[in-house]
Amino acid sequence: MAWAGMNWGLFKIIYRHTGEIGLDSGWHEHEFFIFLGTIWIINSLIQTLFMANAAEFSELIRTGNLDFALLKPIDTQFLISFPRINWSQLPNGILGVMLIAHSLSELMQEREIYFSVFSLPAFLFFIGCGAVVMYSVMICLASTSIWFGRNQNLYNFWFYITNFYRYPMEIYQRSGVGMALWGTFTFVVPILVVSNIPARILAQPLGTPWKPWEWGLAAYAIIGSIWSLMASRWVFKRALKSYRSASS
Amino acid sequence: MLESAVIWWTFFKISINERLIYRADFMLGTLMRFLPTLTQIFLWWAIYDVISSNEPNNTGAEPDGNIAGYKYGDMVAYYLLVIISRAFSSMPGLTGGIANQIRNGEVKKFLIQPVDMQGCLLMQRIAHKLVYYLIATLPFALVFFLCRDFFIEGWPPPDALAVFFASLILSFLLGFYLECCIGLIGFWFLEVTSLTFIYMLMNFLLSGHMFPLELLPAEPYNIRQLVEYLPFKYLAYFPAAVFLGKIEGPEMYRGLLAEIGWVVFFIVLSRILWHRGIKRYSGYGG
Repeated sequence: MAWAGMNWGLFKIIYRHTGEIGLDSGWHEHEFFIFLGTIWIINSLIQTLFMANAAEFSELIRTGNLDFALLKPIDTQFLISFPRINWSQLPNGILGVMLIAHSLSELMQEREIYFSVFSLPAFLFFIGCGAVVMYSVMICLASTSIWFGRNQNLYNFWFYITNFYRYPMEIYQRSGVGMALWGTFTFVVPILVVSNIPARILAQPLGTPWKPWEWGLAAYAIIGSIWSLMASRWVFKRALKSYRSASS
Repeated sequence: MLESAVIWWTFFKISINERLIYRADFMLGTLMRFLPTLTQIFLWWAIYDVISSNEPNNTGAEPDGNIAGYKYGDMVAYYLLVIISRAFSSMPGLTGGIANQIRNGEVKKFLIQPVDMQGCLLMQRIAHKLVYYLIATLPFALVFFLCRDFFIEGWPPPDALAVFFASLILSFLLGFYLECCIGLIGFWFLEVTSLTFIYMLMNFLLSGHMFPLELLPAEPYNIRQLVEYLPFKYLAYFPAAVFLGKIEGPEMYRGLLAEIGWVVFFIVLSRILWHRGIKRYSGYGG
Protein backbone atom coordinates (compact mmCIF):
# COMPACT_ATOMS: atom_id res chain seq x y z
CA MET A 1 0.00 0.00 0.00
CA ALA A 2 2.88 2.31 0.83
CA TRP A 3 4.48 1.44 -2.50
CA ALA A 4 1.31 2.49 -4.22
CA GLY A 5 1.35 5.78 -2.36
CA MET A 6 4.92 6.34 -3.36
CA ASN A 7 4.19 5.61 -6.98
CA TRP A 8 1.41 8.11 -6.83
CA GLY A 9 3.71 10.68 -5.25
CA LEU A 10 6.31 10.18 -7.95
CA PHE A 11 3.87 10.94 -10.72
CA LYS A 12 2.31 13.78 -8.79
CA ILE A 13 5.78 15.33 -8.78
CA ILE A 14 6.42 14.51 -12.42
CA TYR A 15 3.17 16.19 -13.40
CA ARG A 16 4.25 19.34 -11.64
CA HIS A 17 6.88 19.60 -14.35
CA THR A 18 5.08 18.32 -17.39
CA GLY A 19 1.55 18.36 -18.70
CA GLU A 20 1.61 15.08 -20.54
CA ILE A 21 3.62 11.88 -20.80
CA GLY A 22 4.37 11.22 -24.45
CA LEU A 23 3.79 13.96 -26.99
CA ASP A 24 0.14 14.13 -28.12
CA SER A 25 -0.55 10.79 -26.54
CA GLY A 26 -3.28 12.26 -24.36
CA TRP A 27 -1.87 10.91 -21.11
CA HIS A 28 -2.45 14.01 -19.03
CA GLU A 29 -2.48 13.88 -15.27
CA HIS A 30 -5.98 12.53 -14.66
CA GLU A 31 -5.82 10.13 -17.57
CA PHE A 32 -2.55 8.79 -16.28
CA PHE A 33 -3.86 8.26 -12.78
CA ILE A 34 -6.69 6.22 -14.24
CA PHE A 35 -3.99 4.16 -15.89
CA LEU A 36 -2.13 3.82 -12.60
CA GLY A 37 -5.30 2.76 -10.80
CA THR A 38 -5.87 0.09 -13.43
CA ILE A 39 -2.37 -1.26 -12.85
CA TRP A 40 -2.97 -1.38 -9.12
CA ILE A 41 -6.16 -3.35 -9.60
CA ILE A 42 -4.55 -5.93 -11.88
CA ASN A 43 -1.54 -6.21 -9.60
CA SER A 44 -3.60 -6.68 -6.50
CA LEU A 45 -5.75 -9.31 -8.23
CA ILE A 46 -2.64 -11.26 -9.14
CA GLN A 47 -1.07 -10.89 -5.74
CA THR A 48 -4.25 -11.81 -3.94
CA LEU A 49 -5.04 -14.86 -6.02
CA PHE A 50 -1.83 -16.27 -7.46
CA MET A 51 1.35 -14.84 -6.01
CA ALA A 52 1.41 -16.92 -2.83
CA ASN A 53 0.37 -20.00 -4.78
CA ALA A 54 3.13 -19.62 -7.33
CA ALA A 55 5.69 -19.26 -4.56
CA GLU A 56 4.17 -22.32 -2.90
CA PHE A 57 4.46 -24.22 -6.17
CA SER A 58 8.18 -23.46 -6.36
CA GLU A 59 8.50 -24.65 -2.81
CA LEU A 60 6.66 -27.89 -3.64
CA ILE A 61 9.14 -28.53 -6.40
CA ARG A 62 12.12 -27.89 -4.20
CA THR A 63 10.90 -30.15 -1.42
CA GLY A 64 9.54 -32.84 -3.71
CA ASN A 65 6.04 -32.54 -2.29
CA LEU A 66 4.72 -31.92 -5.76
CA ASP A 67 4.44 -35.71 -6.02
CA PHE A 68 1.26 -35.57 -3.97
CA ALA A 69 -0.27 -32.95 -6.19
CA LEU A 70 0.57 -35.01 -9.28
CA LEU A 71 -1.09 -38.10 -7.83
CA LYS A 72 -4.44 -36.45 -7.24
CA PRO A 73 -7.06 -37.12 -9.92
CA ILE A 74 -7.48 -33.49 -10.82
CA ASP A 75 -5.72 -31.17 -13.20
CA THR A 76 -2.40 -30.27 -11.61
CA GLN A 77 -2.27 -26.72 -12.91
CA PHE A 78 -5.71 -26.06 -11.49
CA LEU A 79 -4.76 -27.64 -8.20
CA ILE A 80 -1.64 -25.61 -7.62
CA SER A 81 -3.08 -22.34 -8.93
CA PHE A 82 -5.93 -21.74 -6.54
CA PRO A 83 -5.51 -23.25 -3.09
CA ARG A 84 -4.91 -20.07 -1.18
CA ILE A 85 -6.09 -16.50 -1.24
CA ASN A 86 -3.90 -13.81 0.18
CA TRP A 87 -6.41 -11.21 1.35
CA SER A 88 -3.79 -8.82 2.58
CA GLN A 89 -3.08 -7.71 -0.98
CA LEU A 90 -6.63 -6.70 -1.72
CA PRO A 91 -6.51 -3.16 -0.25
CA ASN A 92 -4.25 -2.06 -3.10
CA GLY A 93 -6.98 -2.93 -5.54
CA ILE A 94 -9.52 -0.96 -3.56
CA LEU A 95 -7.10 1.92 -3.56
CA GLY A 96 -6.90 1.58 -7.34
CA VAL A 97 -10.68 1.74 -7.64
CA MET A 98 -10.72 4.86 -5.49
CA LEU A 99 -7.98 6.49 -7.52
CA ILE A 100 -9.83 5.75 -10.74
CA ALA A 101 -13.11 7.08 -9.36
CA HIS A 102 -11.48 10.27 -8.18
CA SER A 103 -9.52 10.88 -11.38
CA LEU A 104 -12.54 10.11 -13.49
CA SER A 105 -14.69 12.63 -11.68
CA GLU A 106 -11.96 15.25 -12.04
CA LEU A 107 -11.60 14.40 -15.70
CA MET A 108 -15.31 14.74 -16.34
CA GLN A 109 -15.22 18.31 -15.15
CA GLU A 110 -12.53 19.02 -17.71
CA ARG A 111 -13.95 17.41 -20.78
CA GLU A 112 -16.63 15.09 -21.96
CA ILE A 113 -16.16 11.41 -21.23
CA TYR A 114 -18.28 9.02 -23.15
CA PHE A 115 -20.03 6.37 -21.12
CA SER A 116 -22.37 3.64 -22.15
CA VAL A 117 -23.84 0.62 -20.45
CA PHE A 118 -20.98 -1.34 -21.94
CA SER A 119 -18.17 0.73 -20.48
CA LEU A 120 -18.04 -0.83 -17.06
CA PRO A 121 -18.50 -4.45 -18.18
CA ALA A 122 -15.90 -3.89 -20.89
CA PHE A 123 -13.49 -2.42 -18.35
CA LEU A 124 -13.97 -5.36 -16.02
CA PHE A 125 -13.69 -7.83 -18.87
CA PHE A 126 -10.35 -6.41 -19.98
CA ILE A 127 -9.11 -6.28 -16.39
CA GLY A 128 -9.96 -9.97 -16.40
CA CYS A 129 -7.90 -10.42 -19.57
CA GLY A 130 -5.09 -8.62 -17.83
CA ALA A 131 -5.29 -10.96 -14.87
CA VAL A 132 -5.25 -13.94 -17.23
CA VAL A 133 -2.13 -12.76 -19.02
CA MET A 134 -0.32 -11.92 -15.82
CA TYR A 135 -1.34 -15.27 -14.38
CA SER A 136 0.13 -16.98 -17.41
CA VAL A 137 3.39 -15.11 -17.03
CA MET A 138 3.54 -16.12 -13.42
CA ILE A 139 2.86 -19.78 -14.14
CA CYS A 140 5.65 -19.75 -16.71
CA LEU A 141 8.01 -18.15 -14.23
CA ALA A 142 7.07 -20.59 -11.52
CA SER A 143 7.47 -23.53 -13.91
CA THR A 144 11.05 -22.54 -14.57
CA SER A 145 11.86 -23.54 -11.02
CA ILE A 146 11.39 -27.14 -12.12
CA TRP A 147 14.42 -26.67 -14.32
CA PHE A 148 16.43 -24.39 -12.09
CA GLY A 149 15.47 -25.87 -8.76
CA ARG A 150 15.39 -22.57 -7.00
CA ASN A 151 12.74 -19.98 -6.40
CA GLN A 152 14.41 -17.02 -4.76
CA ASN A 153 14.31 -15.04 -7.95
CA LEU A 154 10.62 -15.48 -8.62
CA TYR A 155 9.62 -12.22 -6.96
CA ASN A 156 12.55 -10.40 -8.54
CA PHE A 157 11.68 -11.59 -12.01
CA TRP A 158 8.10 -10.71 -11.40
CA PHE A 159 9.10 -7.21 -10.38
CA TYR A 160 11.31 -6.74 -13.41
CA ILE A 161 8.69 -7.96 -15.84
CA THR A 162 5.84 -5.94 -14.40
CA ASN A 163 8.14 -2.97 -14.71
CA PHE A 164 7.41 -2.94 -18.41
CA TYR A 165 3.66 -2.90 -18.22
CA ARG A 166 3.32 -0.06 -15.78
CA TYR A 167 3.49 2.66 -18.37
CA PRO A 168 1.41 3.71 -21.35
CA MET A 169 2.66 1.99 -24.48
CA GLU A 170 3.30 5.29 -26.22
CA ILE A 171 6.48 5.85 -24.28
CA TYR A 172 8.10 2.93 -26.08
CA GLN A 173 7.11 3.88 -29.59
CA ARG A 174 9.99 6.24 -30.10
CA SER A 175 13.11 4.42 -31.19
CA GLY A 176 14.49 1.12 -32.38
CA VAL A 177 15.08 -0.35 -28.96
CA GLY A 178 11.77 1.00 -27.74
CA MET A 179 9.90 -0.52 -30.66
CA ALA A 180 11.62 -3.83 -30.02
CA LEU A 181 10.47 -3.70 -26.41
CA TRP A 182 7.01 -2.64 -27.46
CA GLY A 183 6.84 -5.48 -29.94
CA THR A 184 8.05 -8.01 -27.41
CA PHE A 185 5.62 -6.97 -24.73
CA THR A 186 2.74 -6.65 -27.13
CA PHE A 187 3.04 -9.67 -29.36
CA VAL A 188 5.25 -12.18 -27.57
CA VAL A 189 4.25 -11.52 -23.97
CA PRO A 190 1.16 -9.34 -24.31
CA ILE A 191 1.42 -7.59 -20.96
CA LEU A 192 1.46 -4.06 -22.37
CA VAL A 193 -1.85 -4.51 -24.15
CA VAL A 194 -3.69 -5.75 -21.12
CA SER A 195 -2.70 -2.79 -19.00
CA ASN A 196 -3.35 -0.26 -21.73
CA ILE A 197 -6.72 -1.37 -23.04
CA PRO A 198 -8.78 -1.22 -19.84
CA ALA A 199 -7.22 2.13 -18.95
CA ARG A 200 -8.06 3.46 -22.41
CA ILE A 201 -11.69 2.41 -22.02
CA LEU A 202 -12.16 4.74 -19.08
CA ALA A 203 -9.62 7.46 -19.72
CA GLN A 204 -10.10 7.79 -23.47
CA PRO A 205 -6.87 9.74 -23.84
CA LEU A 206 -7.46 10.41 -27.51
CA GLY A 207 -11.13 11.22 -27.02
CA THR A 208 -14.12 9.34 -28.32
CA PRO A 209 -14.88 7.54 -30.46
CA TRP A 210 -11.88 5.27 -30.35
CA LYS A 211 -9.44 5.30 -33.23
CA PRO A 212 -9.53 2.18 -35.43
CA TRP A 213 -6.17 0.99 -34.10
CA GLU A 214 -7.52 1.14 -30.59
CA TRP A 215 -10.33 -1.21 -31.60
CA GLY A 216 -7.79 -3.47 -33.24
CA LEU A 217 -5.71 -3.51 -30.12
CA ALA A 218 -8.70 -4.35 -27.96
CA ALA A 219 -9.52 -7.29 -30.20
CA TYR A 220 -5.93 -8.31 -30.03
CA ALA A 221 -5.98 -8.14 -26.23
CA ILE A 222 -8.56 -10.91 -26.21
CA ILE A 223 -6.57 -13.05 -28.63
CA GLY A 224 -3.43 -12.28 -26.63
CA SER A 225 -4.95 -13.47 -23.37
CA ILE A 226 -6.09 -16.73 -24.93
CA TRP A 227 -2.74 -17.25 -26.57
CA SER A 228 -0.79 -16.55 -23.40
CA LEU A 229 -3.01 -18.88 -21.41
CA MET A 230 -2.37 -21.63 -23.93
CA ALA A 231 1.35 -20.88 -23.96
CA SER A 232 1.56 -21.01 -20.18
CA ARG A 233 -0.30 -24.30 -20.18
CA TRP A 234 2.18 -25.69 -22.67
CA VAL A 235 5.18 -24.46 -20.67
CA PHE A 236 3.67 -25.93 -17.51
CA LYS A 237 3.19 -29.34 -19.13
CA ARG A 238 6.67 -29.29 -20.60
CA ALA A 239 8.12 -28.38 -17.23
CA LEU A 240 6.21 -31.15 -15.48
CA LYS A 241 7.73 -33.68 -17.88
CA SER A 242 11.18 -32.71 -16.64
CA TYR A 243 10.12 -32.97 -13.03
CA ARG A 244 12.26 -35.48 -11.19
CA SER A 245 10.94 -35.25 -7.68
CA ALA A 246 13.32 -34.55 -4.86
CA SER A 247 14.42 -35.90 -1.50
CA SER A 248 11.66 -38.27 -0.24
CA MET B 1 45.35 -4.40 18.59
CA LEU B 2 47.14 -6.91 16.38
CA GLU B 3 44.93 -9.62 17.75
CA SER B 4 41.71 -7.88 16.78
CA ALA B 5 43.21 -7.15 13.37
CA VAL B 6 43.74 -10.86 12.86
CA ILE B 7 40.20 -11.60 13.96
CA TRP B 8 38.78 -9.03 11.56
CA TRP B 9 40.93 -10.30 8.73
CA THR B 10 39.55 -13.78 9.30
CA PHE B 11 35.99 -12.51 9.21
CA PHE B 12 36.85 -10.67 6.04
CA LYS B 13 38.22 -13.78 4.32
CA ILE B 14 35.30 -15.95 5.33
CA SER B 15 32.82 -13.44 4.00
CA ILE B 16 34.65 -13.15 0.69
CA ASN B 17 34.54 -16.88 0.14
CA GLU B 18 30.92 -17.01 1.14
CA ARG B 19 30.10 -14.51 -1.55
CA LEU B 20 32.03 -16.16 -4.35
CA ILE B 21 29.82 -19.25 -4.30
CA TYR B 22 27.14 -17.93 -6.65
CA ARG B 23 29.03 -15.98 -9.28
CA ALA B 24 26.91 -16.42 -12.38
CA ASP B 25 23.64 -15.82 -10.59
CA PHE B 26 25.22 -12.68 -9.27
CA MET B 27 26.24 -11.26 -12.63
CA LEU B 28 22.86 -11.97 -14.12
CA GLY B 29 21.22 -10.30 -11.16
CA THR B 30 23.34 -7.22 -11.68
CA LEU B 31 22.36 -6.93 -15.31
CA MET B 32 18.70 -7.37 -14.40
CA ARG B 33 19.08 -4.49 -12.05
CA PHE B 34 19.35 -2.18 -15.02
CA LEU B 35 16.04 -3.24 -16.55
CA PRO B 36 13.95 -0.78 -14.52
CA THR B 37 16.32 1.93 -15.70
CA LEU B 38 15.45 1.01 -19.25
CA THR B 39 11.81 1.85 -18.68
CA GLN B 40 12.86 4.99 -16.84
CA ILE B 41 14.77 6.07 -19.94
CA PHE B 42 11.67 5.70 -22.07
CA LEU B 43 9.43 7.34 -19.51
CA TRP B 44 11.63 10.41 -19.28
CA TRP B 45 12.06 10.53 -23.01
CA ALA B 46 8.30 10.76 -23.36
CA ILE B 47 8.19 13.47 -20.73
CA TYR B 48 11.00 15.51 -22.24
CA ASP B 49 9.35 15.28 -25.64
CA VAL B 50 6.37 17.14 -24.29
CA ILE B 51 8.42 19.76 -22.51
CA SER B 52 10.66 20.38 -25.49
CA SER B 53 7.72 20.81 -27.81
CA ASN B 54 6.59 23.79 -25.77
CA GLU B 55 9.87 25.51 -26.32
CA PRO B 56 10.75 27.66 -29.29
CA ASN B 57 13.55 26.68 -31.71
CA ASN B 58 13.18 23.04 -30.93
CA THR B 59 15.22 21.01 -33.39
CA GLY B 60 13.12 17.93 -32.85
CA ALA B 61 15.94 15.38 -33.01
CA GLU B 62 16.88 15.21 -29.33
CA PRO B 63 14.61 16.63 -26.71
CA ASP B 64 16.34 19.74 -25.39
CA GLY B 65 13.98 20.99 -22.72
CA ASN B 66 14.99 20.87 -19.12
CA ILE B 67 13.34 20.08 -15.82
CA ALA B 68 14.80 21.74 -12.74
CA GLY B 69 18.10 22.14 -14.57
CA TYR B 70 18.24 18.58 -15.85
CA LYS B 71 18.35 17.98 -19.56
CA TYR B 72 17.18 14.62 -20.87
CA GLY B 73 20.72 13.22 -20.94
CA ASP B 74 21.39 14.46 -17.42
CA MET B 75 18.26 12.76 -16.18
CA VAL B 76 19.21 9.36 -17.57
CA ALA B 77 22.81 9.80 -16.42
CA TYR B 78 21.44 10.64 -13.00
CA TYR B 79 19.54 7.37 -12.77
CA LEU B 80 22.59 5.41 -13.85
CA LEU B 81 24.78 7.13 -11.29
CA VAL B 82 22.24 6.56 -8.56
CA ILE B 83 22.58 2.84 -9.20
CA ILE B 84 26.28 3.24 -8.37
CA SER B 85 25.53 5.22 -5.21
CA ARG B 86 23.06 2.60 -4.17
CA ALA B 87 25.59 -0.13 -4.82
CA PHE B 88 27.64 1.50 -2.11
CA SER B 89 25.05 2.65 0.36
CA SER B 90 22.39 -0.05 0.33
CA MET B 91 22.75 -2.70 3.04
CA PRO B 92 20.20 -5.41 2.35
CA GLY B 93 19.29 -7.34 5.45
CA LEU B 94 21.54 -5.50 7.87
CA THR B 95 18.86 -4.04 10.12
CA GLY B 96 16.79 -7.19 10.15
CA GLY B 97 19.89 -9.29 10.79
CA ILE B 98 20.90 -7.34 13.86
CA ALA B 99 17.39 -7.25 15.26
CA ASN B 100 17.05 -10.98 14.68
CA GLN B 101 20.28 -11.71 16.51
CA ILE B 102 19.05 -9.66 19.42
CA ARG B 103 15.70 -11.39 19.50
CA ASN B 104 16.87 -14.96 19.27
CA GLY B 105 19.78 -14.44 21.59
CA GLU B 106 22.59 -14.93 19.10
CA VAL B 107 23.97 -11.58 20.10
CA LYS B 108 25.28 -13.28 23.24
CA LYS B 109 28.31 -14.46 21.34
CA PHE B 110 29.51 -10.89 21.02
CA LEU B 111 29.21 -10.48 24.77
CA ILE B 112 31.27 -13.57 25.47
CA GLN B 113 33.84 -13.47 22.71
CA PRO B 114 36.36 -10.67 22.48
CA VAL B 115 34.89 -9.57 19.15
CA ASP B 116 33.20 -6.30 18.49
CA MET B 117 29.80 -6.68 16.84
CA GLN B 118 29.86 -3.61 14.62
CA GLY B 119 33.44 -4.28 13.60
CA CYS B 120 32.64 -7.83 12.64
CA LEU B 121 29.56 -6.84 10.69
CA LEU B 122 31.46 -4.04 9.01
CA MET B 123 34.14 -6.47 7.85
CA GLN B 124 31.45 -8.75 6.48
CA ARG B 125 29.87 -5.91 4.56
CA ILE B 126 33.14 -4.63 3.19
CA ALA B 127 33.95 -8.11 1.96
CA HIS B 128 30.52 -8.53 0.38
CA LYS B 129 30.72 -5.17 -1.28
CA LEU B 130 34.24 -5.75 -2.57
CA VAL B 131 33.22 -9.03 -4.15
CA TYR B 132 30.18 -7.33 -5.54
CA TYR B 133 32.22 -4.60 -7.21
CA LEU B 134 34.68 -7.15 -8.50
CA ILE B 135 31.96 -9.10 -10.25
CA ALA B 136 29.63 -6.24 -11.06
CA THR B 137 32.27 -4.11 -12.75
CA LEU B 138 31.83 -5.98 -15.99
CA PRO B 139 28.06 -5.52 -16.37
CA PHE B 140 28.33 -1.97 -15.04
CA ALA B 141 31.05 -1.08 -17.52
CA LEU B 142 29.00 -2.57 -20.33
CA VAL B 143 25.89 -0.59 -19.46
CA PHE B 144 27.76 2.66 -18.95
CA PHE B 145 29.61 2.18 -22.21
CA LEU B 146 26.32 1.67 -24.04
CA CYS B 147 24.88 4.72 -22.33
CA ARG B 148 27.90 6.99 -22.69
CA ASP B 149 26.03 9.45 -24.89
CA PHE B 150 23.74 10.39 -22.03
CA PHE B 151 26.64 11.96 -20.20
CA ILE B 152 26.42 15.27 -22.02
CA GLU B 153 29.21 16.94 -20.10
CA GLY B 154 31.59 14.00 -20.31
CA TRP B 155 33.86 13.32 -17.36
CA PRO B 156 33.70 15.74 -14.44
CA PRO B 157 36.81 17.76 -13.46
CA PRO B 158 39.34 15.87 -11.29
CA ASP B 159 38.36 17.53 -8.01
CA ALA B 160 34.71 16.65 -8.53
CA LEU B 161 35.73 13.12 -9.41
CA ALA B 162 37.74 12.87 -6.20
CA VAL B 163 34.80 14.14 -4.16
CA PHE B 164 32.56 11.70 -6.01
CA PHE B 165 34.65 8.73 -4.95
CA ALA B 166 35.08 10.03 -1.43
CA SER B 167 31.35 10.54 -1.09
CA LEU B 168 30.72 7.00 -2.35
CA ILE B 169 32.93 5.51 0.35
CA LEU B 170 31.33 7.76 2.93
CA SER B 171 27.88 6.77 1.71
CA PHE B 172 28.84 3.16 2.35
CA LEU B 173 29.80 4.02 5.94
CA LEU B 174 26.76 6.19 6.39
CA GLY B 175 24.43 3.50 5.11
CA PHE B 176 26.09 0.92 7.31
CA TYR B 177 25.99 2.85 10.59
CA LEU B 178 22.54 4.29 9.94
CA GLU B 179 21.08 0.83 9.46
CA CYS B 180 23.12 -0.45 12.38
CA CYS B 181 21.46 2.12 14.63
CA ILE B 182 18.01 1.09 13.47
CA GLY B 183 18.87 -2.54 14.03
CA LEU B 184 20.16 -1.83 17.53
CA ILE B 185 16.85 -0.26 18.44
CA GLY B 186 15.86 -3.92 18.56
CA PHE B 187 17.26 -3.97 22.11
CA TRP B 188 14.26 -1.89 23.11
CA PHE B 189 11.58 -2.88 20.59
CA LEU B 190 12.57 -6.46 19.66
CA GLU B 191 10.60 -6.14 16.43
CA VAL B 192 11.90 -3.49 14.06
CA THR B 193 10.25 -4.59 10.82
CA SER B 194 7.93 -1.61 10.74
CA LEU B 195 10.78 0.75 11.55
CA THR B 196 12.80 -0.76 8.73
CA PHE B 197 9.89 -0.29 6.42
CA ILE B 198 9.53 3.37 7.33
CA TYR B 199 13.25 3.82 6.88
CA MET B 200 13.07 2.19 3.48
CA LEU B 201 10.26 4.47 2.38
CA MET B 202 12.03 7.60 3.58
CA ASN B 203 15.18 6.39 1.93
CA PHE B 204 13.39 5.78 -1.33
CA LEU B 205 11.70 9.15 -1.45
CA LEU B 206 14.19 11.46 0.20
CA SER B 207 17.54 10.04 -0.86
CA GLY B 208 16.97 10.86 -4.51
CA HIS B 209 16.59 7.21 -5.43
CA MET B 210 13.42 7.82 -7.39
CA PHE B 211 14.18 11.21 -8.92
CA PRO B 212 16.68 14.06 -8.56
CA LEU B 213 15.92 15.96 -5.38
CA GLU B 214 15.64 19.21 -7.33
CA LEU B 215 12.26 17.99 -8.52
CA LEU B 216 10.82 18.02 -5.01
CA PRO B 217 8.29 20.77 -4.50
CA ALA B 218 9.13 23.84 -2.43
CA GLU B 219 5.47 24.46 -1.68
CA PRO B 220 3.00 24.04 -0.04
CA TYR B 221 5.58 22.36 2.20
CA ASN B 222 9.20 23.01 1.56
CA ILE B 223 10.29 19.39 1.21
CA ARG B 224 13.15 20.49 -0.99
CA GLN B 225 14.71 22.39 1.90
CA LEU B 226 13.89 19.67 4.40
CA VAL B 227 15.96 17.01 2.64
CA GLU B 228 19.00 19.24 2.88
CA TYR B 229 18.92 18.75 6.65
CA LEU B 230 18.48 14.97 6.51
CA PRO B 231 21.18 12.34 6.05
CA PHE B 232 19.29 10.47 3.34
CA LYS B 233 20.43 12.54 0.41
CA TYR B 234 24.00 11.32 0.85
CA LEU B 235 22.90 7.77 0.20
CA ALA B 236 22.01 8.35 -3.44
CA TYR B 237 21.61 11.92 -4.59
CA PHE B 238 24.82 13.59 -3.47
CA PRO B 239 27.43 11.48 -5.31
CA ALA B 240 25.38 11.55 -8.51
CA ALA B 241 24.84 15.30 -8.31
CA VAL B 242 28.55 15.88 -7.77
CA PHE B 243 29.41 13.75 -10.77
CA LEU B 244 26.98 15.64 -12.97
CA GLY B 245 28.27 19.01 -11.77
CA LYS B 246 24.95 19.95 -10.16
CA ILE B 247 26.82 20.63 -6.95
CA GLU B 248 30.23 22.22 -7.33
CA GLY B 249 32.76 24.53 -5.74
CA PRO B 250 32.50 25.35 -2.03
CA GLU B 251 29.05 23.84 -1.83
CA MET B 252 30.46 20.49 -2.87
CA TYR B 253 33.06 20.52 -0.11
CA ARG B 254 30.50 21.68 2.42
CA GLY B 255 28.34 18.75 1.41
CA LEU B 256 31.25 16.38 1.86
CA LEU B 257 31.95 17.78 5.32
CA ALA B 258 28.30 17.44 6.27
CA GLU B 259 28.42 13.82 5.09
CA ILE B 260 31.48 13.16 7.27
CA GLY B 261 29.60 14.78 10.13
CA TRP B 262 26.66 12.44 9.62
CA VAL B 263 28.92 9.40 9.48
CA VAL B 264 30.60 10.37 12.76
CA PHE B 265 27.22 11.09 14.30
CA PHE B 266 25.88 7.65 13.44
CA ILE B 267 29.08 5.89 14.51
CA VAL B 268 28.84 7.54 17.91
CA LEU B 269 25.12 6.90 18.12
CA SER B 270 25.55 3.23 17.28
CA ARG B 271 28.20 2.88 20.02
CA ILE B 272 25.91 4.53 22.55
CA LEU B 273 22.97 2.37 21.50
CA TRP B 274 25.11 -0.75 21.76
CA HIS B 275 26.39 0.02 25.25
CA ARG B 276 22.98 1.05 26.53
CA GLY B 277 21.43 -1.90 24.75
CA ILE B 278 23.56 -4.65 26.25
CA LYS B 279 22.79 -3.28 29.71
CA ARG B 280 19.12 -3.82 29.04
CA TYR B 281 19.65 -7.08 27.24
CA SER B 282 18.26 -10.10 29.04
CA GLY B 283 19.41 -12.93 26.78
CA TYR B 284 16.32 -14.56 25.37
CA GLY B 285 16.44 -17.82 23.53
CA GLY B 286 18.91 -20.66 23.76
